[in-house]
Amino acid sequence: MLVLEEVSRRFGGLNALDSVSLTVNKGEIVGLIGPNGAGKTTLINLITGVHAATSGHVRFEDRDITGLRPYQIARLGLARTFQIVQPFPKMTVLENVAAGALFCGHASTTREAMLIAREHLTFTGLAGMADQPAASLTLARRKRLELAKGLAMRPRLLMLDEVNAGLNPSEVEEALRIIRKIAEQGVTIIVIEHLMKVVVSISQRLVVLHHGQLIAEGAPRDVMSDKRVIEAYLGAKYAATRSTH
Amino acid sequence: MRDWIALIVVAIVLAGLPLVGSNYLLRLATTICMYAVMAQSWNFIGGLAGYPSFATAAFFGLGAYTSAILLNHGAPLPFAWGCAGLAALVFAALLGGAILHLRGHYFAIASLIVAEMLREIVNTLPNFTGGGKGLNLTMLAISVSAQARFFFYAMLGLAVFCTAFAILIHRSKLGFGLRCIQQNEDAANMLGVNTYAYKTAAFSLSAVFVGAAGAIYASWVNYIEPTDVFDVLLAVKPMVMVLLGGLGTIFGPAVGAVILLAFEELVWRSFLTIHAAVLGLIIVVLVLFLPNGILSIVRERLSGRTVVT
Repeated sequence: MLVLEEVSRRFGGLNALDSVSLTVNKGEIVGLIGPNGAGKTTLINLITGVHAATSGHVRFEDRDITGLRPYQIARLGLARTFQIVQPFPKMTVLENVAAGALFCGHASTTREAMLIAREHLTFTGLAGMADQPAASLTLARRKRLELAKGLAMRPRLLMLDEVNAGLNPSEVEEALRIIRKIAEQGVTIIVIEHLMKVVVSISQRLVVLHHGQLIAEGAPRDVMSDKRVIEAYLGAKYAATRSTH
Repeated sequence: MRDWIALIVVAIVLAGLPLVGSNYLLRLATTICMYAVMAQSWNFIGGLAGYPSFATAAFFGLGAYTSAILLNHGAPLPFAWGCAGLAALVFAALLGGAILHLRGHYFAIASLIVAEMLREIVNTLPNFTGGGKGLNLTMLAISVSAQARFFFYAMLGLAVFCTAFAILIHRSKLGFGLRCIQQNEDAANMLGVNTYAYKTAAFSLSAVFVGAAGAIYASWVNYIEPTDVFDVLLAVKPMVMVLLGGLGTIFGPAVGAVILLAFEELVWRSFLTIHAAVLGLIIVVLVLFLPNGILSIVRERLSGRTVVT
């Protein structure tokens, strides 16, 4: 469904992404992990058209989307949530979600968009605060608002950039429940996470980035015991002591 | 629906003004209508999209000169006025492509120099534009009172048309998208809003009616010169009016136009020598203490709760 072919991105002298190739199949939940600064968000920015690839190609459903503008990519069915939540602060929660429904081409009128938005608010448990300004929500709810906005775009591929960061365990549990429900509807999902526990519990496949390179890929259990992954997260010394045991 | 009724009632009441008012009052009302057009227009780009444009003066002057030159070459009045609006529209669409990728102060400065640039162009083409000497326009062959009425109705018509357009835009997909851009342009783009096209549309809308207003103004005063129609105050006043009335609201700009002109007249009469200073002071106080505009008081009273800032 989504294919990255040797995608690279340089920022000046920094190789933020170095020749990353990756395939995401329809209906999968893929976990994208890696230490701070590994290039996870850069990869998402590249797929969604925020940054242009320095080299390489991005294909979505057999279409080359490299170099398309963000709004064009969004309309193709590729939605994302932001690591740092980006609501329209003065608009109501309902309007925020309606914007997603309206501009991705599924709702033809503002009225219809509002109706669609209400469904997504009910789904994400935000129906009670539909008419509050988005800025008044707690962080956990703003993260859920991001989810609802993404869903309103009726994506075929949804990229969740740290939707669980900063949440307490019960809020994480609730967010995971919602993510699973979204996956059940047939939406392909890429989860970017810092919290290992979270990503392992939800993903069918893990992809590990380190220093802009893809260092491991596979079933969560295998990836977690991969020497290079342990090295990346805990340092070479720790990995060495572990292997001698 | 309430907005439409309000607009129609106000338009009908104002249309009756020539029956009761003096020519002085009529002149004031014509100016108010002109200000309302300019404030309403600026609200598209400044209020909805959040781009602080100073290009209003450029559109006004461009419209005035386009129409004046056409009229002096024998074009009929409605045609010349229409062309003035069209010229401003096309100019804004092209200009938008050049400066709308700039944000905040950078955009403000870029839009500020446009009027200066046009003024210099007018100055350097004396054979075509009259240069610094200005351009005379032939007076309409009707009585002075009839002229006052004619230009009042022309400006009123334009103001009503412009406000009707504002009502439509505010409720449309375009208006929604512009409000998204105003609050978070990158997120809007990511959500499927073609931000470039939307901003260009807003910028063009902020030009077309101003261009036509400039054309009507030129015919009304019979004489235009570069320093008059490209005056930077023509760019600043619409902003002040919108801030006074209510940023991003439908009737705020028109209300602001009435307030500003009323203040101008009162202050000018009572403080002849220091009127600019007094006016500036009043504006600063109003903007400081009523950041959401005069209309926000009315809204608070109506809804019984404070407006979220």
